[in-house]
Amino acid sequence: MTVYARRRATNAVILMLSLLATASGLVILFLILWSLLKNGVPALSTDLFAKTTPPPGSNGGLINAIYGSVMMTVCATLAGTPIGVLTGTFLAEYGRGSRLAPVVRFVNDILLSAPSIVIGLFVYQVMVVPMGHFSAWAGSAALAIIVIPVVVRTTEDMLTLVPVGLREAAIALGAPQWKVVIKVIYRAALQGMLTGVMLAIARIAGETAPLLFTALNNQFWSSNMNAPMANLPVVIFQFALSPYADWQRLAWGGALLITFTILVLNIIARLLVSWSSFSR
Amino acid sequence: MAAINTTEATARVPSGRMRRQRVEDLVFRSTTRAFAVGVLSLLGAVLVALAIGAGPAVRAFGFGFLASQAWNPVKDVFGALPAVYGTLVTSLVAMILAVPVALGIAVFLTELCPPMMRRPIGILIELLAAIPSIIYGIWGLFVLAPVLQVTVQPFLIATLGAVPGLGLLFAGPPLGLGILTAGFILAVMILPFIAAVTRDVFMTVPAMLRESAYGVGATTSEVVRDIVLPYTRVGIVGGAMLGLGRALGETMAVTFVIGNAHRIQASLLAPGTTISATLANEFTEAVGDLYTSSLIELGLILFVITFVVLAAAKLMLMRIEERAAK
Repeated sequence: MTVYARRRATNAVILMLSLLATASGLVILFLILWSLLKNGVPALSTDLFAKTTPPPGSNGGLINAIYGSVMMTVCATLAGTPIGVLTGTFLAEYGRGSRLAPVVRFVNDILLSAPSIVIGLFVYQVMVVPMGHFSAWAGSAALAIIVIPVVVRTTEDMLTLVPVGLREAAIALGAPQWKVVIKVIYRAALQGMLTGVMLAIARIAGETAPLLFTALNNQFWSSNMNAPMANLPVVIFQFALSPYADWQRLAWGGALLITFTILVLNIIARLLVSWSSFSR
Repeated sequence: MAAINTTEATARVPSGRMRRQRVEDLVFRSTTRAFAVGVLSLLGAVLVALAIGAGPAVRAFGFGFLASQAWNPVKDVFGALPAVYGTLVTSLVAMILAVPVALGIAVFLTELCPPMMRRPIGILIELLAAIPSIIYGIWGLFVLAPVLQVTVQPFLIATLGAVPGLGLLFAGPPLGLGILTAGFILAVMILPFIAAVTRDVFMTVPAMLRESAYGVGATTSEVVRDIVLPYTRVGIVGGAMLGLGRALGETMAVTFVIGNAHRIQASLLAPGTTISATLANEFTEAVGDLYTSSLIELGLILFVITFVVLAAAKLMLMRIEERAAK
């Protein structure tokens, strides 16, 4: 074999392997989605959205868990987003030349990947122990801590994408900087910032670990935020590991619900980015 | 700088409106700064809270906690070694499986894929990262583990299990659940993170370098091996470390498939436990201060390990970003 033919053969093999690697990633994604559809669709019924979590052996649904998940996700997003946006604003608008900004950025990136179960332990220590009981507030707080770094990151990225000319134009008109930020830059970067919030919601919608020690779970309907509250991820965890077939079926139904909500959020978030005026 | 401007402005006695705007500006800037400081102190607060919670266990067991294999809630004797060992080994297995595949995906996306397909395929791979941990867990338990039990695991036992030395890693019955299955699930979960970072750092290779190599007749695989990989080495290691940081702390997926045994066994097919799985399984049921405190100390150990790994990853990625910015 000539050197040239050998090099070409090596090239073909390497590229085949890279194709194979990509294919295996995609195949696994579709396998997971397929199992979810196969096992989850039979569990979808009106009961799922009308009844509360049942004792084993009787009919029921997940409405209390769905309600709890929605409530805690909403509270966490409402609490975490402003903190994230303001921190992101500091990094993007006032960070240049400050010694604080690189440190905050560094710590934020670490929080972004920090194990969520440790966040749960932290909230257990600072909220559950002093209050003396598990509560949906504690669950929301844990989720909010997970929201913050996601929003900080996207806010900073999106604000820095806003053209300098826009800022200069506003400043030249005599607007004070806070007005420039709020009325011009936020408006220009709104779609991007919304993307960040949606990605954050997608991230916390399926988080289980931080809720285990904070919101715990509740067998019954409860709308009291100051008490343990059912939520989809923890119910899935409990039901999937149970030996009862009907509980396992409900777990698959819940898994299907969560996954498709999250995939839809992700896809909308990506569409928002590609529609935004300053996308990369 | 801004502070000096403010005093100057006051000295020149500006109009009331001007002065009000300066105050408003100051308030706005200080508010954003205060929240930034808040995010910063969050990290410290987590460390302090966990350290306080771990106090009783630290006093009771000292450094012996890290080296002890004991885990006996009845006698109130606890040790971190099996959980730490399981955390490290599952993550190691995940890295061995995920890094080559992620490199392959990055090569495909940057060198081989038709430009029109790059974004859709990239997004599909990234969707793997969007699927929550608990979904990987339920899929791993009900779908993957039974398949591994009848296909891959018997195959590994029959082939690698017969090799002296290496065989110890693949000894014992195929249970389906265990360290290997957990490592496999973790590999799938961290794959999109490593692939995305690797793809991005591949993109930082100057087109000039790449084109010069093609110009002197290099094949695509030679360009990747001799130009792209050497140029992006730091970034790839950074991306892999980022994945490692994720794998170490991953909880729910591992809890479903690891088998939850507080033992250290050489075989990868045996059940084990990780720090996060131990916490998820036992924390709410822990009775007694020492038990709870030991679990919190486990959490503290996990946090410190991931902090070090993620900080190293971040520093490496910052180096390559700086170079790309030049």
